[in-house]
Amino acid sequence: MKNRALSIKKLSVSFKMNGQYYKAVDNIDLDIMENEVFAIVGESGCGKSATAMSILRLHNENYTKIEGEINFGGKDLVSISEHGLNKIKGKEIGMIFQDPLSALNPLHRIGKQIEEMFVIHTNLNSLDRKNRALELLEDVGIPNPEIAYNSFPHELSGGMRQRIIIAIALSLSPSLLIADEPTTALDVTIQAQILDLMRDLKEKSKASVILITHDLGVVAEMADRVAVMYAGQIVELANVDEIFENPKHPYTKSLLSSIPRKSKSTNRLNTIFGSVPDLMNMPRDGCRFSSRIPWINEKEHEENPKLQEIEPNHFVRCSCYKNFHFQDSSIEKVKEKE
Amino acid sequence: MANILEVKNLKVYYPIKGGLMGRTIGHVKAVDDISFAIGEGETVGLVGESGCGKSTTGKAILGLVKIHSGQIVFNGEDITKYIGKNRSPYRKNVQMIFQDVYSSMNPKERVLDIIAEPLRNFEKLTKVEERKKVEELLSIVGLSSSNILKYPHQFSGGQRQRIGIARALALKPKLIVCDEPVSALDLSVQAQVLNYLKDIQEEFGIAYLFISHDLGVVEYMCKNLMVMHKSRFVEKGTEDTIYKNPVHIYTKRLMAATPDLDTKNRQKNAEIRKKIAEEYENSKSRYYKEDGTVYDLKKLSEEHYVAMP
Repeated sequence: MKNRALSIKKLSVSFKMNGQYYKAVDNIDLDIMENEVFAIVGESGCGKSATAMSILRLHNENYTKIEGEINFGGKDLVSISEHGLNKIKGKEIGMIFQDPLSALNPLHRIGKQIEEMFVIHTNLNSLDRKNRALELLEDVGIPNPEIAYNSFPHELSGGMRQRIIIAIALSLSPSLLIADEPTTALDVTIQAQILDLMRDLKEKSKASVILITHDLGVVAEMADRVAVMYAGQIVELANVDEIFENPKHPYTKSLLSSIPRKSKSTNRLNTIFGSVPDLMNMPRDGCRFSSRIPWINEKEHEENPKLQEIEPNHFVRCSCYKNFHFQDSSIEKVKEKE
Repeated sequence: MANILEVKNLKVYYPIKGGLMGRTIGHVKAVDDISFAIGEGETVGLVGESGCGKSTTGKAILGLVKIHSGQIVFNGEDITKYIGKNRSPYRKNVQMIFQDVYSSMNPKERVLDIIAEPLRNFEKLTKVEERKKVEELLSIVGLSSSNILKYPHQFSGGQRQRIGIARALALKPKLIVCDEPVSALDLSVQAQVLNYLKDIQEEFGIAYLFISHDLGVVEYMCKNLMVMHKSRFVEKGTEDTIYKNPVHIYTKRLMAATPDLDTKNRQKNAEIRKKIAEEYENSKSRYYKEDGTVYDLKKLSEEHYVAMP
């Protein structure tokens, strides 16, 4: 059995809107194991980024309330002091953001921005810092480290910038890396390169990765375990093969059947009925997905659905998965034919 | 099948201004000598990475950017000199769906005004007729007529994209240029929009030029595919040729980079990518000219063209 790298217990994240707090992440439990890639998927507004940001408390504290526990290396990141958290930020937990240009300072050279990590967390002298920075640039596959070291962010392409961000995130060999949509802003060819790079680096450094994405293709390529989130809750949690081959929850099934795939151009794609409820109007009782599958009898849903282990290491919320069928029965038939 | 649109040797150059008086000192060749045709009611896909000139191609067809040289033939008629002219009949027949619909709509206008704008330009309708027509268009894209007096910010991303589609449909065009219509949308909403596009095509027989960087979406939508790289086509073909047997190294790279949903192929795909990356490095001289540009297209078969020496 592997050890836990991070353990989230009963985490809720609420945002203040019109003077009232609304839970964007509602009571989730998660364990991230050592050296695994854990993916959190869902559509916009499902709370996946809110979860990731709360690990390092990156939300604006004036408008956000974080409840629960996040255990990392014997410390609770929710209640730890600002000073204590700053020691962990970057050093033990690295973060990669979606938009590399806005994560880099446009006025400083790349080298200086990488070295900032060493200035804050180590006492290396300036020569050592430079050498380490150049090594890092080489590790992330930048062709001319010396040139990149002396350039400004705007002089580099999107893929190169994201590599710089990864270099910074990995500079102090953190044991946990949070990657929030790391490749969403990139072209597919660059995306493949960055994903291959992240996979190699993970193998080398034995770090755990929390991968936040909406792209199921990226999940299939990268993840070991997957949590599917809907409306602030985890609705399904399983190994990556299970999620793709044996999805149970109606939401997971619906998502998978709406991906356009090769050589099936004669079929229609599945769409999900209705739309994601916004934060202020989110249903708080019962199965939150029930309004999206109105053709399923109400009796199929649980009154107070909880995540249940239906097979070893495969968790599903609400009993409605048992008798779920698509409204458009042709989609089911296509699946059987495959 | 007759061709609705033929583009011949299209070039779009953006001037580089500089020097003392802001004179033109050079050109960025955004689109450099491309030719293609779209048949009636057909969907042609155009893929490539950002900056390859695919959006510029779409804009050039609508006359939104100035054409340097080349010819655009619509319905058998050379319309190059009318292009970009307001209220020419060509404008009526060719419409566009934008990637970022929100910025393509006036935030101070109601849905009624947004969708009716093309109607007001080309058709003289009374207020009642106009409203009826807009309601009809909204119902085609699955929105209720109660939305008619709302403003763009009151809708979600997918609904806005559908309003954009309704506006493009207003004049019953023969060709719609779809520039990354779904890349800003969530998966389930993306599916919805793609379904609508397909339904509408069947119903009205509209041809699409479908521009996207997502091969999955393009493969779902299009039988014909054009791959663009460095302002030129590197490969042109159909489902049977290009998808099954890509020849140009860039096409191979693009296809290998598309994520595979089968988790069992993970190791295999990573190896294939590595191999292709190596091949790309080693065989650049075979696929690209000495100055790095792409060769002219060469015919491999009736339906398959590749840029090779």
